[in-house]
Amino acid sequence: MKSKDRNYFKILRAGINTTYQDLGRNNLYHIGIPFSGAMDKRNFQLLNSLLQNDYNSPVIEFAYQGPHLKYFGKDIFFCISGNVSFKIITKEGVIDGNSYQCYLLKNGDEVDIRSTNKSVYGYFSINGTFGVDYYWGSCSINTQAQIGPNNGNKFSKDLEIEIIDINNSFNKRKLDYLGSTIENIRVIKGTNYDYFSESSQNKFFKESFKITKLSDRMGMRLEGPKIENIVDPNIKSEGLVKGVIQITSAGDPIIMLSDHGTIGGYPKIATVISADYDRLVQLTPGSNIKFKDVSLEDAETLYKLYQMETNNLISQIK
Amino acid sequence: MIKNILNLGDAALYCDFGSDVNQEINSNVIKYFYHIKKLNLKGITNLTPSYNKLIISYDLNIHSFLSLKKKIENIEIKENNKLEKNLIEIPVCCDNNFALDIKRVENKLKLKSEIILEKFFSKNYFCYMTGFVAGMPFLGDLNQEMRLKRLETPRVKVPKGSVGITEQFCNIYTFETPGGWNILGNTPQNIFDTSNQSNPNLVNPGDTIKFYRITLDQYNEIKR
Repeated sequence: MKSKDRNYFKILRAGINTTYQDLGRNNLYHIGIPFSGAMDKRNFQLLNSLLQNDYNSPVIEFAYQGPHLKYFGKDIFFCISGNVSFKIITKEGVIDGNSYQCYLLKNGDEVDIRSTNKSVYGYFSINGTFGVDYYWGSCSINTQAQIGPNNGNKFSKDLEIEIIDINNSFNKRKLDYLGSTIENIRVIKGTNYDYFSESSQNKFFKESFKITKLSDRMGMRLEGPKIENIVDPNIKSEGLVKGVIQITSAGDPIIMLSDHGTIGGYPKIATVISADYDRLVQLTPGSNIKFKDVSLEDAETLYKLYQMETNNLISQIK
Repeated sequence: MIKNILNLGDAALYCDFGSDVNQEINSNVIKYFYHIKKLNLKGITNLTPSYNKLIISYDLNIHSFLSLKKKIENIEIKENNKLEKNLIEIPVCCDNNFALDIKRVENKLKLKSEIILEKFFSKNYFCYMTGFVAGMPFLGDLNQEMRLKRLETPRVKVPKGSVGITEQFCNIYTFETPGGWNILGNTPQNIFDTSNQSNPNLVNPGDTIKFYRITLDQYNEIKR
């Protein structure tokens, strides 16, 4: 491709953990490959809807601090989802951008994604398609197993992000949405719930736990009252799923997130319900969380309601 | 053959085949795994076989727990279904640079290193499952006198290719990852191949592994 025909972003600053993500890869747990995919699926879905992209189009996910990008090519629109502070730098000057709103970029313009606010993950994409390679049907980067485009590594300075397709019939769209937060994380009791003393079971639901800095796309480590195991600190290793809360030998909870190891040997005290996963992953280290016990039937209903709410938001995009 | 089906959260079935770890129970898990995989049921997003459990993850938009549970309970597996088994030979170098925990194992087992390695290489191992990280095989069973616990403090980084033992099991670290198994050596063989998307795993559940010992020169030759 001649350079004048290229449309691409050059990364001036990579941000903390910037990767391509889509809906992730299925049916590979048995060989040790987790789902991966966008951590916050609602914000992923909203972004592709805002940009009128295919529902599983690749987006750029960032955590805490996003990338600073310089654009080269013909006119393009971009949009950011999540609770994010960013600046748009053009020849006319610098403006503060708003999430869930599309902006025009011309050759030489820059987007500086400063930070996520009171949240962890944000998403960036364009009215078009990034040039990515697919691994087992997904372009999601899993840095732990080094699977995905960019050799499975997070973005680094000077990397160039190719755009292979621009939707020329696109019109600017926006959504008025302030995001959704959550006070209690709802869980279903786990398969090893009875491994823990009655007083620890009570503490698990009555007291609060602090999210530690040892949290990433693989898992979230919590700190709080020690959970006392009265049976065995280990189980025979078995499969894990997203949202499972294991109790380590030290008595601390650890929640499995999208890039988690597929097999584990710590007892499972509970599992976060699907309806609360997107909001769980957005909680920052230092925040306190409380767990609330719900039934399986309620969890299934709450998920349907959550999906309806997402679809409702999508219908409000104009 | 499934004793009980519970829910693991709101989007997975937890199929329990028993509490023991042995090849008979595990073979049942693997048979179910391959059978359900072949059925290619819509809305099943993952199957995770392990020693004595099978976890079936599903799309909540398509299934509910009770409806999928019924479907799985009605599956019939013929007892005489033969499991496909491969014998795979894997070279291991036990040079001092690779056998990170040989001293610890000597102390714990009260055996000389040469005896430990002789016992380790004299046996074939059955692959119960793969996972934790991509392609890592969980193999067994070690002889009674070869069994010891994991390291008290896990290593932050176990080198790729490390071959480790704990309790009745051995494994191969397919990636550099944290881990607490007792490392006896290292294989130059690539166990997980990202570029081979149809069959990335060298070792699959049900396979038999034969480790054979190589010198450092042979190791470097294969690596090259």
